[in-house]
Amino acid sequence: MIFTVLIPLLLACFIPFISKFKHKIHTGVFVLFIPLLVFLYFIQFVGSGFEPVRHTYNWIPSLGVNFDFHLDGLSLLFALLISGIGTLVVLYSIYYLDRSEPLGHFYVYLMMFMSAMLGIVLSDNVFVLYTFWELTSISSFLLIGYWHFNERSRYGALKSMMITIFGGLSMFGGFSLLSVITGTTSIQSMIANADVILASPYMPLAMGFLLLGAFTKSAQFPFHIWLPDAMEAPTPVSAYLHSATMVKAGLYLVARFSPVFGDYEWFFIIVSMAGIVTLCWASYMAVHQTDLKAILAFSTISQLGMIMAMLGFGTKAAIFAAVFHILNHATFKGSLFMVAGTVDHETGTRDIRKLGGLLTFMPITATLALFGTFSMAGIPLPFLNGFYSKELFFESTLGLQEGMGATASFLVDIIPYLAVLGSIFTFVYSLYFLFGTFGGKTQLDKLSKKPHEAPFGMLVSPGILVLGVILIGLFPSAVNGTFIAHAAEAVYGGEVVKDVYFWHGWNAPAFQMSLVVVGLGAVLTATRTRWNGIYQVLPGRLSVNKVYDAIMARIDTYSRNITTFYMTGSLRTYMAIILSTIVVITVGFMLATGGFTIDFSNLAPVTVIELAVALVITVAAVGTIFANKNVAAVLIVGVVGYGVALLFVIYRAPDLALTQLVVETVSVALFLLCFYHLPKLKKRNESMNKKVVNAIISVGFGAMMTMIAISAHSSDWFGTISDYFIETSYSLGGGDNVVNVILVDMRGLDTLFEITVLGIAALAIYTLIKSKTRKGGK
Amino acid sequence: MYKPNDLIFRTTTSLIAFILLGFSIYLLLAGHNSPGGGFVGGLMTSSAIVLMYMAYGAGVLEKILPINYRMLIPIGLILAVGTGVGSFLFGQPFLSHTYDYFHFPIFGELELATAMLFDFGVYFTVLGVTVTIILTIAEDQ
Repeated sequence: MIFTVLIPLLLACFIPFISKFKHKIHTGVFVLFIPLLVFLYFIQFVGSGFEPVRHTYNWIPSLGVNFDFHLDGLSLLFALLISGIGTLVVLYSIYYLDRSEPLGHFYVYLMMFMSAMLGIVLSDNVFVLYTFWELTSISSFLLIGYWHFNERSRYGALKSMMITIFGGLSMFGGFSLLSVITGTTSIQSMIANADVILASPYMPLAMGFLLLGAFTKSAQFPFHIWLPDAMEAPTPVSAYLHSATMVKAGLYLVARFSPVFGDYEWFFIIVSMAGIVTLCWASYMAVHQTDLKAILAFSTISQLGMIMAMLGFGTKAAIFAAVFHILNHATFKGSLFMVAGTVDHETGTRDIRKLGGLLTFMPITATLALFGTFSMAGIPLPFLNGFYSKELFFESTLGLQEGMGATASFLVDIIPYLAVLGSIFTFVYSLYFLFGTFGGKTQLDKLSKKPHEAPFGMLVSPGILVLGVILIGLFPSAVNGTFIAHAAEAVYGGEVVKDVYFWHGWNAPAFQMSLVVVGLGAVLTATRTRWNGIYQVLPGRLSVNKVYDAIMARIDTYSRNITTFYMTGSLRTYMAIILSTIVVITVGFMLATGGFTIDFSNLAPVTVIELAVALVITVAAVGTIFANKNVAAVLIVGVVGYGVALLFVIYRAPDLALTQLVVETVSVALFLLCFYHLPKLKKRNESMNKKVVNAIISVGFGAMMTMIAISAHSSDWFGTISDYFIETSYSLGGGDNVVNVILVDMRGLDTLFEITVLGIAALAIYTLIKSKTRKGGK
Repeated sequence: MYKPNDLIFRTTTSLIAFILLGFSIYLLLAGHNSPGGGFVGGLMTSSAIVLMYMAYGAGVLEKILPINYRMLIPIGLILAVGTGVGSFLFGQPFLSHTYDYFHFPIFGELELATAMLFDFGVYFTVLGVTVTIILTIAEDQ
């Protein structure tokens, strides 16, 4: 099974070579066989006696990340949709995309996407699922931005990327939590351990993260805003990704995990509310659109909301209806997108205000659109599959379980009304789409080219999909028994036997609801122009897009402000930040842990000469701060250095004293040598505030170091190791000078690297000065 | 260019420089048993060279001590590393030192330590480094 998933990806490697011949044969002709083969592979599993199939291939066994492919009813339904509609979309794109387009790119992205989608629906391993999930986000980003010279395309691609990756990462968090809770990475094992997950305190967090991922991918309110902008993609992409496959990945995720969370009350509340709100809002918004594809985009959002709501209900009837509607929506929405693409292709515009009366020019397209829109609207005719699933939806809204918390009970009461409301608008925009495009008067003067019927090849794919609409409508039980029931059982976790009938009698409440939808919908459609003004009030100026744009703009501004706030380019500021951080953290840590100790017991007596030297050094050190001439400063620093050498003498360190003396002399000489190059020491005109800050930081740092020194001396934790050196200096090192024996023998490595440092410093100075003069800089 | 007549400076330099050089060699050789060592020795030698440079200038220094001081740095480093690597020949860890007493015709019984070789490395490096830095900066004007 791994080959089925990866074959599109592997064969995509050859597409660039094939696309070299695109002027003779359209690249799509070769690509067509890939999804077809996958489809034929999966079709063999269809049948009433289906049993889940499981294949495992090791990838990273030590982390439990393996290619575990689990084909159950739900995966099979999705795999068939992906490969089947994929085939039709490739076929359609052969006629839709001109050979002058970069076809190689298109088909590589598309095959990448197909692999990723198959990977999502077949993976049993959460982390492999996540990998494929992100691959769909990336390939969808590439496909939306296919016409990258178009600014709107780039905006849409970036927006969808931002939102879906945000959700994807959150989903990754959810997966990580789930795998930590259960100790497994397999979804099937997680479902088996659902009681462990439900008992865990992290469960709400894991569920929230997971649902965030599903909602962003499936364009649920308020994350739906990327989908209308993704309509800048070529129409085959919109038909494939944004109606049939990718946007259903979120539904797949919710369906897949509903056996885990299904018993949790908030799962019902969140998922069904998100779905219902999305259904109503998007169907309401769809009526307001003027672009054919925008209508379809909002329609997709609302239909996804409907399916999401049914998954949230979690009853046997609802899950069956949801799974059924996933199939139905894919068929009619795919065909409608292709119809919109055909209209765009043959008239040169997608603006519904310019279109109209195309029935006489494009009769076949119009017929296909008629079946698609009527099915979408749920018009009660026995050969439209949309009607069946819509009626099942109404039925499921009525049969919700009672006996939960107050919020849930309230929802149970209002959900049927909201469902009818959403469906009314669905009816309105469906007819608006159909009659706006094909009915009314022709406006030939507004069209860039004279409309005519599309080439035959372009009509094949939508034709097949519409045929699917009709066939499923005529024989719902055939589809039901062979694989819809298996899919519903995989979601529900028990046997789902459901017979789909067209006729339930006049008394069936669902049928009455359908009649209400058709009746009110027809009235609203007829009077659409009169109440269209309501969109000025709602949404009016309210728009989730504005929130998104504002967030993106704010992130830019704020991060730039923060960076310019502390990245001033002034070394003084950086020093101030570094030093004060050290002071605050160190002092805070010492005070918090009680590390500051003073112990007078082990102090040596103070002699007069020490005091005198210390006094001289102190005076000289303070003097350097106030010296306002270079020479003065250098010489006073020299006084400090010689004072230190004197201290070394007093503390009986002849080697140190000697070295310090010579080093100090050499460095003072160096300072004086550099004197010529040094700028005049200027009195800096710093404000009083800055001076105070400088003083506070430097005094603080000095105080901190003093504090550490005192504490270090006062706390005697371990004995010294110097006794060992003194004892063994002669016997091991053959020398009486312990310091030197340590330097060259016992700790010779330190010395080796110190002289290396010196060598590098000398070479660096040499290079700096010589390269500067060679360039003629001075 | 203004050329001062610094006869006293030059005369004393020729005397002091020798004393300095001698003292620096003493510091280097005595380091193992008395205060001193390669580091101070190298610094002291370079002080002598700097003194000569100040008194006589770069041209004369070049004549009396025709040494490429930059080359002293790698020489010293190779010497130091070589002493360390040498201990591998005897199957010892890096930088293992040893010492022993030898009888020499003129000096009599003397102690020789491999650590001394390492100190020579330090000496040459420090000498090279200091003189290179000072002369480079001084000649930059």
